[in-house]
Amino acid sequence: MRISLGGVLALLITLWSLQALAVIETYEFSDPALEERYHSLSEELRCPKCQNQNIADSNAPISRDLRRLLYEQLESGASDGEILEHMVARYGEFVRYRPRFAGATVILWLTPFILLLAGAAIVALTLRSKGSRGGEHPLSDAERARVDNLLANREGSD
Amino acid sequence: MGSRLKLFLPLFLFAVLALLLFRGLSLDPMEMPSALIDRPLPAFSLPELASGELLDAAAVAGEVSLLNVWATWCVSCRVEHPYLVSLADSGVRILGLNYKDEDAAALRWLQDLGNPYQFNIADRQGTLALDLGVYGAPETYLLDAEGVVRYRHVGVVDERVWQTVLEPLYSELRAAVAAESP
Repeated sequence: MRISLGGVLALLITLWSLQALAVIETYEFSDPALEERYHSLSEELRCPKCQNQNIADSNAPISRDLRRLLYEQLESGASDGEILEHMVARYGEFVRYRPRFAGATVILWLTPFILLLAGAAIVALTLRSKGSRGGEHPLSDAERARVDNLLANREGSD
Repeated sequence: MGSRLKLFLPLFLFAVLALLLFRGLSLDPMEMPSALIDRPLPAFSLPELASGELLDAAAVAGEVSLLNVWATWCVSCRVEHPYLVSLADSGVRILGLNYKDEDAAALRWLQDLGNPYQFNIADRQGTLALDLGVYGAPETYLLDAEGVVRYRHVGVVDERVWQTVLEPLYSELRAAVAAESP
């Protein structure tokens, strides 16, 4: 197979541009554990502007600000709970991908379980009604005689 | 339950889904209540745009006001600016929060397009905006006379928004102030 120079270049350019997109500002952490927490928290915090991205993925200016805030708070020794509290105080429960279980979020948390129970109930009811109808009917003598008759006729016609 | 009724189950589910989706058409997912509703404006100490004099939360209080978050890089702010000027002319107290902007550009903007703001807080780093929970300009906060946030509108303030949303709340707050100090 011949590989054209153009093809290789095109491939390189594609890969290179993806690389460029992935570069968001980097922070130097005094402790690798902080960096670990930075990554997990920035994936849990939602970008208020873009809504369906977390602040780690989003390049919106507000996400950049929130990442900087997150970095500063981590370096100043705040706990995960304090940081989330700080963010929620500003942007509301919306900013968390795992909102706390309270008032407005009850439906959000409970609906999956309610639906699961409802599904289980429907399955149980369906199975029960199938069972009561009796899946297998043994043939009566008259029916058996008719089947035998039909089969015999069929063999005869061949 | 009759098995004939059961046949209508999909239709029923479809109707429920259609109703929900239809409702969703008229909802704006970008519209989120501010986390600061009924809480005082966060503490800050930032310079005034033109004079450089330091401002804090006390400067904001005293009168029912609109706090408008704007910037020269914000296209929608230019759209709403003329309406803010006319609001200010009609006697509404409007304060500006100049958000992550360059002072020179902001001052030129006010000179060219008119200045509806009683004063402007120059939030060059966006620190106050971050504490306020601003996630994009323009945003407009309705503050009561004590400087407590009562409402937040995200997006352009125009005749429709003012008449239907902000003005009723604004009048209500003004009436409350008038009732307190006869």
